[in-house]
Amino acid sequence: MKHLVMIGNGMAGIRVIEEILKQNNKMYKITIFGEEPHPNYNRIKLSNVLQGDTTIDDIIMNDWDWYRENNIDLHVNEAIVQIDTNNNQVISERGTIVSYDELIIATGSSSFILPIPGANKDGVTGFRDINDCETMINIANQYKKGVVIGGGLLGLEAARGLLNLGMEASVVHLAPHLMERQLDSTAGAMLKNELEAQGMKFLMEKQTAEILGDERVTGLRFTDGSEIEADLVVMAVGIKANTKVTHNTDIFVNRGIVVNDFMETNIPNVYAVGECAEHREVTYGLVAPLYEQAKVLAAKLTANDVDGYEGSIVGTQLKVAGVDLFSAGEVEEDDCTKSIRIHNDFDGVYKKILIRENRIAGIVLYGDTSDGQKLFRMLLKKEDLTGITSTQILQTSCGVGGGGEDVASMPDDELVCGCNGVTKKTIVDAITTNGLTTVDEVGGCTNAGRSCGRCKDLVGDILAHTLGDSFDKDTATKKTLCGCTTLDREEVIAEIQEKGLNSTKEVMYVLGWKNEEGCSKCRPALNYLLGMLNPTEYIDESNSRLVNEKMHANIQKDGTYSVIPRMYGGVTTADDLKKIGEVADKYNVPLVKLTGGQRIGLFGVKKDDLLSIWKELDIPSGYAYGKTLRTVKTCVGKTFCRYGTQDSMSLGIELEKKFERLDTPHKFKMGVSACPRNCAESGIKDIGFVGVEGGWEIYVAGNGGTDLRAGDLLCAVKTKEEAMEMTSVFLQYYRETANYLERTSHWVERVGLENIKEDIADSETKKQLIERLEVTLTRYTEPWKEALENKEIQEKFYKKRQIQVEVN
Amino acid sequence: MNALGIRVKVATYGELEPQMGQPILINDKRIALFKVTSGELYAIEDRSPHPKGGVLSEGLVSGHYVFCPVYDWKISLADGIVQAPDEGRVQTYKVEVLDGDVYVSV
Repeated sequence: MKHLVMIGNGMAGIRVIEEILKQNNKMYKITIFGEEPHPNYNRIKLSNVLQGDTTIDDIIMNDWDWYRENNIDLHVNEAIVQIDTNNNQVISERGTIVSYDELIIATGSSSFILPIPGANKDGVTGFRDINDCETMINIANQYKKGVVIGGGLLGLEAARGLLNLGMEASVVHLAPHLMERQLDSTAGAMLKNELEAQGMKFLMEKQTAEILGDERVTGLRFTDGSEIEADLVVMAVGIKANTKVTHNTDIFVNRGIVVNDFMETNIPNVYAVGECAEHREVTYGLVAPLYEQAKVLAAKLTANDVDGYEGSIVGTQLKVAGVDLFSAGEVEEDDCTKSIRIHNDFDGVYKKILIRENRIAGIVLYGDTSDGQKLFRMLLKKEDLTGITSTQILQTSCGVGGGGEDVASMPDDELVCGCNGVTKKTIVDAITTNGLTTVDEVGGCTNAGRSCGRCKDLVGDILAHTLGDSFDKDTATKKTLCGCTTLDREEVIAEIQEKGLNSTKEVMYVLGWKNEEGCSKCRPALNYLLGMLNPTEYIDESNSRLVNEKMHANIQKDGTYSVIPRMYGGVTTADDLKKIGEVADKYNVPLVKLTGGQRIGLFGVKKDDLLSIWKELDIPSGYAYGKTLRTVKTCVGKTFCRYGTQDSMSLGIELEKKFERLDTPHKFKMGVSACPRNCAESGIKDIGFVGVEGGWEIYVAGNGGTDLRAGDLLCAVKTKEEAMEMTSVFLQYYRETANYLERTSHWVERVGLENIKEDIADSETKKQLIERLEVTLTRYTEPWKEALENKEIQEKFYKKRQIQVEVN
Repeated sequence: MNALGIRVKVATYGELEPQMGQPILINDKRIALFKVTSGELYAIEDRSPHPKGGVLSEGLVSGHYVFCPVYDWKISLADGIVQAPDEGRVQTYKVEVLDGDVYVSV
């Protein structure tokens, strides 16, 4: 087997390896050296990490197991210091010497650090890797003033990150407007205004002369003599190819390591790919061209025929601090260009198409980028614009509904879903080969529309066009229960009631489900609906519940579980605390944490220990895993607090005891505060109570999660009994009318608060809702206790099968 | 994972519940054993090929497929192939029933 060695462990290089393994996983023994201590991660997402939207773990693209499973010998934290091209060897900083048959250099690039006095002081960093991110996050904990040098994409993302970290962010930029390589002065000015509104400060046309301070940075001095204070300086003026590893070799380096169309350097068996490579005098810093290079190199290394890489014209779809941008080709006008411009300052939209000799030569879009792909294609294909009016050029291809003609004229290779790279042809083929009839089905087959969802209307148009007369708009946009059926929730309920269906199997069989036993969407939904419609007779099917509800514990991504016992209203006792502590100690629970819902969670519990832990705790399950009442958060209330007007704890405890275990369409959280200071955050709960003199205000459909939403005032009541009653009414109304997996916040927006109020104002309706809920509440038993008492459940769900065999 | 080339008794046919997976640890190999509604048995690697994994033995079983409990990928029990739009494949193992005992070849 030949030995393939790669220097560098980043996105472009790993893509080459992935492609090679896909072609032939027996061809090479593979060794990879990486300077960083991490496996391959998504460098593009670093700004999300800095901005606090995601964690480092979440941006890992190939975890340690991937290397292991593919038998890759990975050396992290180990840079290569010398390539010996005469003897085909590489030598690492630790003295490891490895021989290669083929060598890939994929060392990427690093931040260009301005060669000015003071650039090596503490508190000066680039913005290129996880280490830089961690440096910034640490400094933000102690210091206040952040300065970013460079007003390009990277610099602005870094500055946005610093704002999120609670720092001041000043951006120093040499050019008169921001992102001058992608934007013209108009768009640059719009971006600057938007970012200033977000809190960024700008020092334009300033050139840094010196970084001030002793050991640690204290400020910057500019060439005009002015100064600014700084605790952190981020250099984001550009990147430079990492070519150091080629020193003392004959490998030819210009700005990057020079390669031909097959990514070959001038030395046999040595290749370069990614940001460190220079191809036809261009080095690239965006991922799409690098992946194209990777594909060519992989084909070359697996001896497959491939057309050489011919370079890429880059169309950039960007999102900077919440603003959509698209840029391709030329940016600035000259004497020979004419341009079409639309500038809608009010909506924050700007579009400029640069035309040279009747052909699109450049595109700048700000705020609305829906035309980007269409225009970019016209640019690439050098389409002649003679006879086309400017409105036609700028007419969006994503028009809502009735876009039949646009779709017909749309070329097959045009991207419909930019997020997932799905073309019109892929969608049309999926529709015709699989007989698809709904937008959701198209998404299921192709991924189109499953990320940001903006292309869903266009997918609908393509469906209409492809299906012709057989297209039914109502069907296409109908929200079916899942892909297994063409029926929606209301139709399924009507059928269940009319035909008296009483198991998921019956429903799926009688109603002609496409998959005999359903899927992970409809089975839990049907199980819920059947239990809701027929609480006394329907027997709950654990096998139709997803893992957490089946096991009565939350599965974590490594297969361990969490155990969260009830703590009614967030009130506990010394006895319970002792038990929790003893269990945590005895079973070596890796994490004991107070949860957001005022209770204690034990995280990282091994499946084998679940039963014994439940037994020793002897506290009911907190249902932290279920589509059911989670917690009732309470404040201390009038018993101890001088502001409290009501007894919030006792109402909270009573609510939690009454409604625990009740199945609901989605999780359901409650909060009870004893005064409008609202320490229990009742305004962001599915139902929240705020004590006022003489009664309670009841807020509903608040949400503190993904879609932050303040609750709406449902009503005010005088007594605790009325508060309990109103909760029953609201809960049951939600149970009966919401879609499965629809939180109260979305449900109330959909059906309208006024409609709900009107319906439940009727005393007869109210009475019946309460009756149905009371019957339902008799359905439930404590699940942990049940598991401990029932051998069959133990055998079925918690049995451990471990077998040791001798291997010869 | 390298094959050990052995056949191991892992359970009796009667004790396996239909529409459910059972995690089985054979030395250091994690295997998920499934009995489907029609009675067939399948054994596959107990880890979804999703980059972040997922314990397949805990997944929801429908016909001859299992849904990964963590990322909801649909995976064929018969050949281990991940269904579109996702991609990938998990290792499958041969299962035999002899005199009511279930054997898996690993």
